[in-house]
Amino acid sequence: MNHQTPITNHQLPITTFRQLWTLTKPLQSGLLLTTGIAGYMSAHTPPNFALLLVMSASLFLAIAGSTILNMWYDHDIDAKMRRTQKRPNASGELTRAEIFRGGMMVSILGIGWAAAIQPLYGFVVFLGWFFDVVVYTLWLKRRTCWSIVWGGISGAMPILAGRVLAVGEVDMIGLLLAASVLFWIPTHTLTFSIKFFDDYNAAGVPTFPSTYGFDTTRAIIALSSIIAAASIGTASVMIGVQAGILRLLIVLSSGLLLLSFATVFRPSERVNFSLFKYASLYMLISMMLLSI
Amino acid sequence: MKMSPLNRLLLLLTGLLAAYQVAIGINGLDEVPIIAYTIAFGVLLVAGLLLIILGFEALDSPIVVIVSTVIPLALATGLVWQHLASFRTSYLIFAIGGFLAITLTRSIPMRGKLPIFVLALVHGIAGMTIFLLPSILAADGTMKPAFALVGLGGALIGLGGLLLSFLKAGKPIVPRQTILKILPALLLLMTICFVAGFYVGRD
Repeated sequence: MNHQTPITNHQLPITTFRQLWTLTKPLQSGLLLTTGIAGYMSAHTPPNFALLLVMSASLFLAIAGSTILNMWYDHDIDAKMRRTQKRPNASGELTRAEIFRGGMMVSILGIGWAAAIQPLYGFVVFLGWFFDVVVYTLWLKRRTCWSIVWGGISGAMPILAGRVLAVGEVDMIGLLLAASVLFWIPTHTLTFSIKFFDDYNAAGVPTFPSTYGFDTTRAIIALSSIIAAASIGTASVMIGVQAGILRLLIVLSSGLLLLSFATVFRPSERVNFSLFKYASLYMLISMMLLSI
Repeated sequence: MKMSPLNRLLLLLTGLLAAYQVAIGINGLDEVPIIAYTIAFGVLLVAGLLLIILGFEALDSPIVVIVSTVIPLALATGLVWQHLASFRTSYLIFAIGGFLAITLTRSIPMRGKLPIFVLALVHGIAGMTIFLLPSILAADGTMKPAFALVGLGGALIGLGGLLLSFLKAGKPIVPRQTILKILPALLLLMTICFVAGFYVGRD
């Protein structure tokens, strides 16, 4: 920092940190971190709280880093969308260079730390970062609505990483847990793209509703919800969760499926919004239940 | 009517209690009661979550009448299966038939008083079963006295179900505002009665 120049908001580290923090989408990153913790806990190995703590820190940094870099690249899209134009990357409160530096630093710290904890765990964390930043953000997001599949694969990596750290290998349960997140993500993002259809159109981002129409999108939401619920259910049985927990998962999955079918057969703004909210809650509670 | 933070908290507590009952509170029972109670408390849990997410607007959905019937029917079926062995099959047929009848009369536009009659009949029988059966079992010493709490829960669910159903049927017994004001507290109180009754009143 050049101390000769007048101090502005850009140059105050605390302010910069706070603005970078908002760019990590704390709720979304927190939810992905929860899936990572659930992946680790699903192994039901003797608890190693020190390992769990460093895993959480490294994973959060890697997720936060990739999210900040996504914001760095998408500043122009965010500036066009009403929902996002007040973000520091779109409003100009942070310069692109500041965001890039922040994103890279946090990413390197997170992935490096993860690799130091366990190479295979570090590799899975890196894959998540790579799919999000390179494949989804830089390559596909502006080209095709199918980019969300790659975004979904990236979102599925934290739970797989947690599982890998606990069991030391990529196993079938880990893949099923990853599939449950992968197929949950369309339920979340597609309801979002229906809700903010005009915003995405204004920004020129291809989405399923703009490419295939609302009916097809709703059908995909319902189908992906079924697969997500089936994946979580199968993984739960293979993990050997207690019967009561399994009952609870069935109840919550039924709620998800009912709302998904409601979006197909009785589509409305309200049903769409409730599915969007319920899907997040469903994932959070399911992950907590898998950890028990 | 906007939902207050207190009401959201009450609904959250209701959901947590219902989740406890599904996951732990019914362990060790026979298969049919487990399924019946899972349906009853599961519907309560999901309904509570949707009320928290959407607010009282969720009650505007036409499905509310059907959902508010599932809870007492499933609870009553579970209780009968556990404690009235000779009525098991006939009550199960009544529960399934009652549910289908309400679904049918709510789905197909009908004139006359048939939909209201079906609603009142099914709710009435299920509600009376949940209220009377645990109360009698507690009174005659078959179950511990605390099991009567399930009966109290039954009275409350009967009240709540009737209020909601008649509100949705366009013939509210009390004004909508009043129903919405008391509904979260009523749901929580009812769930506390059920969970405590099942827990403390076990053999």
